[in-house]
Amino acid sequence: MAETDDIRRQITDLCSSQKLAVLCTHRESQPYASLVAFVTSKDLRYLYFITPKTTRKFKNIEANPQISVLVNSSENLESDFHRAMAVTIIGNAAEVLGRNREGPIKRYLEMHPYLEDFAKSPTCALVQVKVKSYFLVRNFQNVMELHIHE
Amino acid sequence: MRLVLPASEISHRHRRKVGGKALALSRLLESGITIPDTLCVTGDAYQAYVSQTGLRERIALELHRKEFSQMRWEEIWDCATRIRSLFLRKPIPLPIASDLRSAFSSRFSGKAVAVRSSALDEDGSAASFAGLHESFVNIRGGESILKHVHLVWASLWSDAALLYRQEIGLSVEKSAMAVVVQELIAGERSGVAFTRNPNAASQGVVESVHGLNQGLVDGIVEPDRWILDRRTREIISHTPAQRKYWMVPDKDGVHKAPLPLEVSQHPPLKQKEVQTVFDTAMQAEEFFGAPQDVEWTVRDDVTYLLQSRAVTTLQSEDGDDNRGWYLSLHRSFDNLKVLRHRIEKELIPAMIREADRLSKLDLSVLSDQDLAEEVKRRWEINHKWVNIYWEEFIPFAHGIRLFGQYYNDAVQPDDSYEFIDLLSDTQMVSVKRNQMLEELADIIRNDIGLSEKLRGSGQIDETSVFNIKVERFIREYGDLSCSVTGGTQCLHAKEPLVNILLEMATHPSLPTARRRLQRTAKLKEAFFRRFDEAQRAQAADVLDLARASYQLRDDDNIYLGRIEAQLLAAIQAARHRLSDLKQEKRPAGDARILADILAELDHPDSPKTIEVNSTGHPLEIKPRQIVGQPAGPGIARGSARVIHEHLDLAEFQHGDILVCDAVDPNMTFVVPLAAAVVERRGGMLIHGAIIAREYGLPCVTGIPDATTLVRTGDEVTVDGYLGIVTVGSGEI
Repeated sequence: MAETDDIRRQITDLCSSQKLAVLCTHRESQPYASLVAFVTSKDLRYLYFITPKTTRKFKNIEANPQISVLVNSSENLESDFHRAMAVTIIGNAAEVLGRNREGPIKRYLEMHPYLEDFAKSPTCALVQVKVKSYFLVRNFQNVMELHIHE
Repeated sequence: MRLVLPASEISHRHRRKVGGKALALSRLLESGITIPDTLCVTGDAYQAYVSQTGLRERIALELHRKEFSQMRWEEIWDCATRIRSLFLRKPIPLPIASDLRSAFSSRFSGKAVAVRSSALDEDGSAASFAGLHESFVNIRGGESILKHVHLVWASLWSDAALLYRQEIGLSVEKSAMAVVVQELIAGERSGVAFTRNPNAASQGVVESVHGLNQGLVDGIVEPDRWILDRRTREIISHTPAQRKYWMVPDKDGVHKAPLPLEVSQHPPLKQKEVQTVFDTAMQAEEFFGAPQDVEWTVRDDVTYLLQSRAVTTLQSEDGDDNRGWYLSLHRSFDNLKVLRHRIEKELIPAMIREADRLSKLDLSVLSDQDLAEEVKRRWEINHKWVNIYWEEFIPFAHGIRLFGQYYNDAVQPDDSYEFIDLLSDTQMVSVKRNQMLEELADIIRNDIGLSEKLRGSGQIDETSVFNIKVERFIREYGDLSCSVTGGTQCLHAKEPLVNILLEMATHPSLPTARRRLQRTAKLKEAFFRRFDEAQRAQAADVLDLARASYQLRDDDNIYLGRIEAQLLAAIQAARHRLSDLKQEKRPAGDARILADILAELDHPDSPKTIEVNSTGHPLEIKPRQIVGQPAGPGIARGSARVIHEHLDLAEFQHGDILVCDAVDPNMTFVVPLAAAVVERRGGMLIHGAIIAREYGLPCVTGIPDATTLVRTGDEVTVDGYLGIVTVGSGEI
């Protein structure tokens, strides 16, 4: 259990230390990477981001809900190679509608207060990713997996 | 940015660039004390080198492979070896090199110099710790001085420095190495002086040898010793040495030579000279305002101070600290040669005799009382040999390291463990044993009738060649049942051996010459080509010593295992008697004594049970890539066989990946069946790594929690080049 707690804590710390993540979607065998402002739920079961509905990423998600997200702490420095951590997240994405939006939007805006107008725009969708697994990379090559079971 | 500063131009403001040693020398010079002509290569030169070559991040990556707290000393040594190789293989960029070279040439022209470390860090505390970094003596010419400055830079990351990293505040970002280049004064008498005796505050100490003081500093030459009163500066006592040797300069360095008789008859210093040396040292103490530890030499009646530092000793608050012991494993070539003689000529034959003597005793005829005494006696014998193992055999393994550094310095190979290939065509006992196993398996392969018989009734024809050979094997190496059961069930039966043989026989015979002998010959040739004729004999000696050291690294455990097996046999006999008693098969007799002795030795009645990860929790942790140390090149994939207890060995199948806490030399018989070896214990020179390299198997060591993270049956890929173990197929 100590190991589980340790990995979970490191993932939580990494995700809460980063504002941006790389989102990977795909459509018709074409992968597509984009940058999103994100937040995870406290229990790590969900990840949220907001996107205008007119974007490629949103259309991709509508067509294929399986997505992947990369969060990392690199700073574009040489020391990143031994210091930076990264976590690859996989899961299923879907737009959150109605009153279910309230909690996640509040958490999202605590992390990104400057995005209030963006978050509340009727042209934007709040996307919830139900996380299946985290793949945590530390010390350049160490990889541990955290799987979330139903 | 100044790459070089003469001692006369160094002032306090340079402290962070020149380190404690260079700063102290400049201060001594300023106070009127005679020092040799001295240049300091500043920390800026080191910083420029590691920045321009990208080495800084390479070092950081090496140091962050895994948590330091999880590294064994051997892994730290490996880490230091790899870093040293990184330095050697990364030339100093031309502009830096040519500036330094011309500074050395113009200052010293053809004169011999000493090249010494002067480590620096943010608060300057590292300056006072001796022996963590390298120094070289009797170096001549701009190019050679530059080469040795390079080696001193590398020694910022020596194993000793890594062990004491917290005390000296070692950090990749901040630490740097300055180097003192100092004219070598070929003193007639030399030594050290402590202005305050570490053991008695009112006293001072002067130690002296004839010739250069390298022998004294390295502990090779015994010094005369004087104790003085700090206040009156009078001599309190003089302890003369045996005065057999001195250190003299030779072509490139110094060597130990017999001291001429007429010189040996006199102490190196007269009473008055002892006081002169002590006065000079006290002058340094007054100047620095703290007790000093100085190195000095006398030439033509002039006393030179070679260095001065505050008296400190490296002590840890942790009572469990073994670092001093680890560092004591660094042995000189001469010391190792003596050790080798003792081990090969005295200790190993005595171990063999001991095991033979014990095996001849029939335990079944002993009374309970006698058996209890025999158990205790064997425990003591085993204990004695275990102590000898730690005190003599383990230090002897340093012969491998000595050669490793020698080879890497000379050849500068891409693979810093290439040198092991020159050692690995020795005939290790475990390899001979495995060859014998292979021969037995071959008989089964070619005899279907025998194979069926063994699988069926297990009966073997007493007079058959197979049986004769099996019995010969058991006579020489035991029946493997002790190995398979960890000594808990020494069956004295052939089944465990036969099971292993049957498994081996179901697969084609293993190529015995996987060790690329041709390649070894080529490497050896290339190694010797690096030396001129005069140096070649020395290179051959170092190689020869390392080969003995390497071979012993495994053999000693086999011999120790034989003695332990005799202890286990007695314990087993005692247990049988107690169990017979429980089943009322025999009268009580002195059984109590047997129970008492077993309890006293606290030998476990049953193998330890190991906790295995539980799954089913909503959050499940799984390893994917675990980084350890690359210990045998190659890549292999297979099903993991995790050895929690020796019994698991009996299940071992051809092509399995051996995953264990530590390969015990008495269980290496399954290695030829394995596709790769993964071990929790780290290091290049541990048994698992050596035996894997012997069979050309990929090997990764130092995988934290290897036996709990990996489960038997997991698909595992072992990358022996990068030191990575990948679990699972990667499917999402």
